[in-house]
Amino acid sequence: MRYDSLLDSLGGTPLVGLPRLSPSPTVRLWAKLEDRNPTGSVKDRIAAYMVAAAEKDGRLLPGATILEPTSGNTGISLAMVAKLRGYQLICVMPENTSAERRELLEAFGATIVFSPAAGGSNEAVRVAKEMAAQHPEWVMLYQYGNEANARAHYETTGPELLADLPEITHFVAGLGTTGTLMGTGRYLREHVPGVQIVAAEPRYGELVYGLRNLSEGFVPELYDENVLTTRFSVSSADALRRTRELLHVEGLLAGISSGCVLHAGLAMAAKAENAGERADIALLIADGGWKYLSTGAYGGTLAEAEARLEGQLWA
Amino acid sequence: MAIEVRIPTILRSYTGGEKSVEGSGSTLGELFADLEGRYDGLRERLIDDDGLRRFVNVYLNDEDVRFLGGLGAPVSDGDTVTVLPAVAGGAR
Repeated sequence: MRYDSLLDSLGGTPLVGLPRLSPSPTVRLWAKLEDRNPTGSVKDRIAAYMVAAAEKDGRLLPGATILEPTSGNTGISLAMVAKLRGYQLICVMPENTSAERRELLEAFGATIVFSPAAGGSNEAVRVAKEMAAQHPEWVMLYQYGNEANARAHYETTGPELLADLPEITHFVAGLGTTGTLMGTGRYLREHVPGVQIVAAEPRYGELVYGLRNLSEGFVPELYDENVLTTRFSVSSADALRRTRELLHVEGLLAGISSGCVLHAGLAMAAKAENAGERADIALLIADGGWKYLSTGAYGGTLAEAEARLEGQLWA
Repeated sequence: MAIEVRIPTILRSYTGGEKSVEGSGSTLGELFADLEGRYDGLRERLIDDDGLRRFVNVYLNDEDVRFLGGLGAPVSDGDTVTVLPAVAGGAR
């Protein structure tokens, strides 16, 4: 395959079967490998789309500074796009994310502003919004509310899935900005009657939820619950267990959100099996496991790995 | 009949510091009404006139109840209900 540049190679990612994890020949799991993108994650799609949209409507001018609350993949993707398109990038992220993320962002030339660990990404969003208000010349693309985020998936991820798996019955992805599920979900629901759109939401330790006032909560502006048909909350213990299963059983070194997605996918597979129905369940593998190695998730025993993951933002 | 209800840190002042309480009922709404009898003021933090409060997420055996019938979701003995504040979560 040949492309004119790195950005042109974006998307068109492989869909691979998971025959060992699939319950039966008629209830099958499939993995869409989003680590096969330029910087190794699904976020390359939205970074390219959000920047292109902002350039198109004149918000982004040559040499401008982009500001974004991101604890990793979006920042890395934006850093790559910013470098190629000539922008500066400032990322606001919680201080308790993995070392590789920080190193990667800095390697790509991004500047990082750390927000307190307690309160996780809510706090990073709040801090970024404050900074944006103080610096109106900076451009905050704001992945949590930017329609180009969901549109990237509506126009690329969804059609790719349908082309590779016309018999799809379920789409399972992590719920973060909600862009993947909103965009891909809308597309699939328009084209596949009865398709299930399943969200796998990470459930963290108490530190992340802390003493947050219930009226100060956060629901991404992109989120429309009508696009989903099911939403699962997945503990870090389950996500971790499933991530290790992906590696040990299928040889797939995936990030921890993928374990979260597999857990939800297996729950849907079990429901289909019990109902005697066939299923073709596509799982969104958002990234590879490489930048999570320092979390200790993949080595030792499961119990040891769980202990090491406590308090970290693992997905 | 016992349904375990996990309480987030922010609401434990209503449960005397307990992170997990038990209740009964055949629907989520009944369960919350049952808890209100013993934990005064708890229900109002979870529910307003339109139903579940916007920034409160409730899961029944790890599934978001908004997709299971909301306050009308059937609950049974041995179920686990988890209450969590809506957060931006982790790494994106």
